[in-house]
Parts: sequence; structure tokens; C-alpha cells
Amino acid sequence: MGGETTPSQTVGPYFSIGLGWLNRGDLARGASSGERVTVRGRILDGEGQPVPDACIEIWQADADGKYARPEDPQENSPAQGFLGFGRTPTNDRGEFSFTTIKPGSVPGPHGRPQAPHLEISVFMRGLLRRLVTRLYFPNDPANAEDHVLNLVPAGRRATLIARSVAEDPRVLEWDIRLQGEHETVFFEC
Amino acid sequence: MLRYRRPAPGTQPELLHPPYVSSIKRAPTQPLIQLPHTLSETTGPSFSKEIVPPKGFDLTRQHKGEPLGERIVVSGRLMDEEGRPIAHSLVEIWQANAAGRYLHKADQHDAPLDPNFTGMGQTLTDEEGRYRFVTIRPGAYPWRNHYNAWRPRHIHFSVFGPAFATRLVTQMYFPGDPLLEFDPIYNSVPVESARKRLISIFDWATTTPEIALGFRFDIVLRGRNATPMER
Repeated sequence: MGGETTPSQTVGPYFSIGLGWLNRGDLARGASSGERVTVRGRILDGEGQPVPDACIEIWQADADGKYARPEDPQENSPAQGFLGFGRTPTNDRGEFSFTTIKPGSVPGPHGRPQAPHLEISVFMRGLLRRLVTRLYFPNDPANAEDHVLNLVPAGRRATLIARSVAEDPRVLEWDIRLQGEHETVFFEC
Repeated sequence: MLRYRRPAPGTQPELLHPPYVSSIKRAPTQPLIQLPHTLSETTGPSFSKEIVPPKGFDLTRQHKGEPLGERIVVSGRLMDEEGRPIAHSLVEIWQANAAGRYLHKADQHDAPLDPNFTGMGQTLTDEEGRYRFVTIRPGAYPWRNHYNAWRPRHIHFSVFGPAFATRLVTQMYFPGDPLLEFDPIYNSVPVESARKRLISIFDWATTTPEIALGFRFDIVLRGRNATPMER
């Protein structure tokens, strides 16, 4: 017997007790190739206030677009030691950051390539289910053809694309806005 | 390529649930966009047993002494909607101590900390999807959501399953808890039969003579559609 899916409940304010042991802000570890980037940003609530008690998780492919998972049917497995998973909490100022490599293109519907992206889960007190979003890379020509970005109204797409920081090409900025004028696009996964 | 089924209406909480006050400023206001399931959603992280601490499953043996409170065994199966076991999958838990206090700087409830209890556990499911924790029954505690608000006793569970799409964080409650009917978090799940799946079952089979009461909590993750992806 299986039955219906167990309902989700909030992580509450004290999740660091149970989730902190697996914090992992360096996803580049174990990657043999790929362009190294640091993503930093803030999580902001409906009043524009930083959220100091949130946690994000990242899931991504390696530089060849391959997931570290046996179910990935693509050939050429990722470098030994590349996990593709990250978990990072926000600090007292609502800021998070992680370092990773830019993933390659992963196949999408109809076998068409997807633009390089990270899968993001957002957890916090006040969220009864996780929020799911995607992070895309700035100035990538593949963004224009990406099937998921094209599901998003044009005016909101920018919320899913990180911004380059002028002084350092290896740093990207990306804020998560829970509500308001520039509310981040969230998905029903 | 297989896709994961969407949950039946009312079987998961709404993001905005005003009785749970924290959801008001944090739940998105724009409609969610349905994400097609690609390789990015149908794969997910897997964790090897080397990363799981050997005492992770026993929250009563992580310090020099024994924690105060009523020792319990919490066990169950991680499976999909067809009842197929989800093997070798990471399960993480966290909870308050027997007095209803978390080992966390933000918890200012006037109840004692227990030097022998952290309230953190982790394990991998076995070949049949089974997991087992030894812990103590957490206490109820007040929170400031509304006047005289008390959380029912609960244990937080975090599970991954096989894919990004199956990731789930939930809470396990205890049978017969009189606080459940007043709890906005528990009651955020609209359909009663779905809500009740969050309540563990007292279990003679895992109750250990002279040692601990047993509670069973099975966790069901989304099943997969047999329909192939459109070409």
C-alpha cells in the first residue's frame, strides 16, 4: 500500500538544528571543469525586509550538463566527487551565498536543450511548502530559447536571471523577493 | 522520461494560510507557474552512508548522559504512491526536548535545555525503504502566533526521495494530541484525510519491553506518471 502523498509542513524557525549539519556552500568541489561563479543575494519578504531564517537548496548538472545521479541516462558520467547539491542558510541580514560552476545544457522537452540553470528550493518559517524556482545565467544566448523562461510572462523573466557584478565577472547577484513589484517567479514543481 | 504526478487538490497546504500569521508576508502573491518535468526535476541528490554519522539515528546517545523524557522509537517506511519502497534515501529530523525547548538561540521559551539532548537526527532508509530513530517524546511549547498558541508535540522530517520533484519537509504528530485541532500549521492542509496522514500511529510491534514506546510514521512521496513525455 502507498496512498496519497504526505502533506508538506513548514520547516519552522529552528530548522538549523536538523539541516545545518549538511550545509554546503561550495558546489564546485569535485568538479573537474567548468566556469567558477559565486552567487550572492538576499531573501526579502513582503515588506522588503530581509529574511534571516531561510535556507535554500541547489540542484544542478555539471559543466557537461550531466547530473550526478544514476537515473540520468546521458552518457559520460560527471567527475567523481561532483555532487551537484548545495544547501545554504541566510544570515542575520537575510543574505546567502554559494560558489559553484556554471552547468552545461541539459536536455528539455522534445529533446531541445535547456539554457544552463540551477534548480532552487526555498525553505523558511511561514512557508507551508517549499518554494521552487530556477536561476539562469546573464547574457547566455540560450536563455532566449529556453522553454521554461518562455512559459514566464516576459516582464517577470528578469527575476530568474542573475545579474553580473561589474567589478568581478566571477560574482553574480540574485535576490529572492517573496512578494511585491519584483516578486520572483516561483513554480509548481 | 517519466514525470511525477501533481498532488490531488486540497492534499497539500495552501501557501497563504492567514491563520498561520508568518505566511502573510512570506507566501508569494503571484500564481505559481507549472514547471514541466525535465531531467532537472526527475533527478535529485543522493547521499552515501559515509556522510551519515553512525549515531545519527539515536538521539538519546549523542551525549555523555541520557536525555530526560519519555524514550520512544519512531520508525516507518519511505515509499511512493504505489507503495514502492524508496531505498537508501536520506531522512533528517529535528525536534524540541521533553520540556518543549529547542537548542536554538531564537527559542526563548522559559523551559530548561537538556545538556544531553541536541534534537537532531539523520539516517538512510534501508533496501525496503525503512528508517528507524530512537529519541524522546518532544514537549508541546507556546508560540506567539495568536493568544495562548501552543504547538502540538511534533518532530520535523526532511526527506529527499529520488528526485528534485520529490523533496519534502513535513512534521510528524502524535495520536490523540488535544492541541491538533487548534494548530494552524497542522490545519493548513484542507482535506482532513490528508491531514491525518501527518499523525503517527502507536505501534506495539516496535514498542520495546522496558525500553520505549513505538510510533510508526510512513512517508509517501509523489508517484510517477506512466505516461511518456510528449515527443
